Amino acid sequence: MTTLAPPSMRARFTETTTTLLDIDRRIVVLTADIGAAGFAEARRRHPDRVVNVGIREQLLVGAAAGFAMEGFRPIVHSYAPFLVERPYEQIKLDLGHQGVGAILVSTGASFDASAEGRTHQAPADVAIVSALPDWEIYTPGHADELDEILRRSARHTRNVYIRMSSESNVAPRSTVGIEVVRRTEPGQPAVLAIGPALDPTLEATTGLDVGVLYSSSVKPFDGAGLRGAVRGTSLVVVEPFLEATTAGLVNEALADRAMRYTYLGVQDRELRHYGTPLEHQRAHGLDAVSLRNRITLAARS
Amino acid sequence: MDTITASPSNPTAVPTDLHHLLQRITGDEKHSPAAHSTLDVLWVLYDRILRIDPRHPDDPNRDRFLLSKGHGPAAYYAVLAAKGFFAPDWLDDFAAFESPLGHHPDRQLVPGVELSSGSLGHGLPIGVGVALALRARRSEARVFVLVGDGELDEGSNHEAIAVAGRWGLGNLTAIVIDNQSSSLRWPGGLAARFEVEGWTGRSVDGRDHDRIEQALSVRPPGHPNVVVMEVEPR
Repeated sequence: MTTLAPPSMRARFTETTTTLLDIDRRIVVLTADIGAAGFAEARRRHPDRVVNVGIREQLLVGAAAGFAMEGFRPIVHSYAPFLVERPYEQIKLDLGHQGVGAILVSTGASFDASAEGRTHQAPADVAIVSALPDWEIYTPGHADELDEILRRSARHTRNVYIRMSSESNVAPRSTVGIEVVRRTEPGQPAVLAIGPALDPTLEATTGLDVGVLYSSSVKPFDGAGLRGAVRGTSLVVVEPFLEATTAGLVNEALADRAMRYTYLGVQDRELRHYGTPLEHQRAHGLDAVSLRNRITLAARS
Repeated sequence: MDTITASPSNPTAVPTDLHHLLQRITGDEKHSPAAHSTLDVLWVLYDRILRIDPRHPDDPNRDRFLLSKGHGPAAYYAVLAAKGFFAPDWLDDFAAFESPLGHHPDRQLVPGVELSSGSLGHGLPIGVGVALALRARRSEARVFVLVGDGELDEGSNHEAIAVAGRWGLGNLTAIVIDNQSSSLRWPGGLAARFEVEGWTGRSVDGRDHDRIEQALSVRPPGHPNVVVMEVEPR
């Protein structure tokens, strides 16, 4: 049996954004060299609305804010550490505090760039954006989800962070709220997989008596959906970013229940290894085999 | 609302009434040097240069003024009150819990304030974005960003200076208040830092209203413009 590789989010990002540029004159795309080549054709058609500022990420976010102040809808793209961590104060002040909105779309995720090392990895990106008020945060698990989230975000003016990854699920899922992928029976443990963590979670839980839930949205977080879907007293969260990033949101949703929570995510340490994304998953206990052991252990107790 | 204009008897000085407004914020005899370093420039901007109507502070065709150097905003608030953006009695409970006027201006709270500032090095990059946006819309409006010489220590400014110069943003003017606050100074002069990137630049006496007006009226086509306003050392 051959399995087709899921389509690339990064390629879809360029396609969808180019379409949005063509159909909506408020859309402006800002890059800092990374990903700029993909917009060369769009730039010929829309020279004023495709802006590559060179390797200048503070200006990247600041200029996006300036466009937003003038009623444009900026889509800002770079590698996750350079988009979110380096210009963090610009995100906090130039967007949030000024009261204007942009769509930040990152690539690289936690360790897509496994061989590049720590400098190109941003496991804490979702956690630090979560620490700012009024942001929407999405970690699509499939290119189709990315497309849907991007088009929807282009229609409003709020601040949105979209975290793309080269890790992708085979099938697209809901981009709104909690989706029940595998129903739980009353009393059974549930596993909530975020974004690209779903396929390894599904593989890991084959044959286990646990329910599987999915969300590509971190904020807004569908607390009501989670309450409805969790029918036991044990919840395992598999998150493709810094471990326990979603803990506050999950605990708040189930605050009145006596629950046991287990958060399986990227560990908070300097790995200092290169290699492949799968090797990094293994190192953090996030590959299907490790996940099966850890979920079994969490579900048993 | 009554507004204050230049005094016919002494048109090149800040009007006495403006000083009275300033004193409502600072209290008599207590003046923050930073507030004063900008007073003449702000007055000339709002009295002679900026095409802004306080009755329509959101007019899309207005000139944009971004005060990036947001600390010591008393002079700014006094000028905005003088020009009728808000009632002068707002000045009386400066920085109180319920006051819209704090130690750093908030655009969400104060009519006429285009930029929420305080942290240094944010105004010029945002100003580049505003200038690009206005250019995309084929607007004739100008963008003025006021920074301090100490503020230019922040590297983010130099990202903006390079790009604005290279792209010839003729609708952008940077106003640098030079009160020699920069700890390590700028050898070769501040204007040169801009000129090497393609800006046109000049330095003028930041207390001389006619020279300030003259320098800010220049709009060299195809080049952003920087005016260094020399004032007393801090």
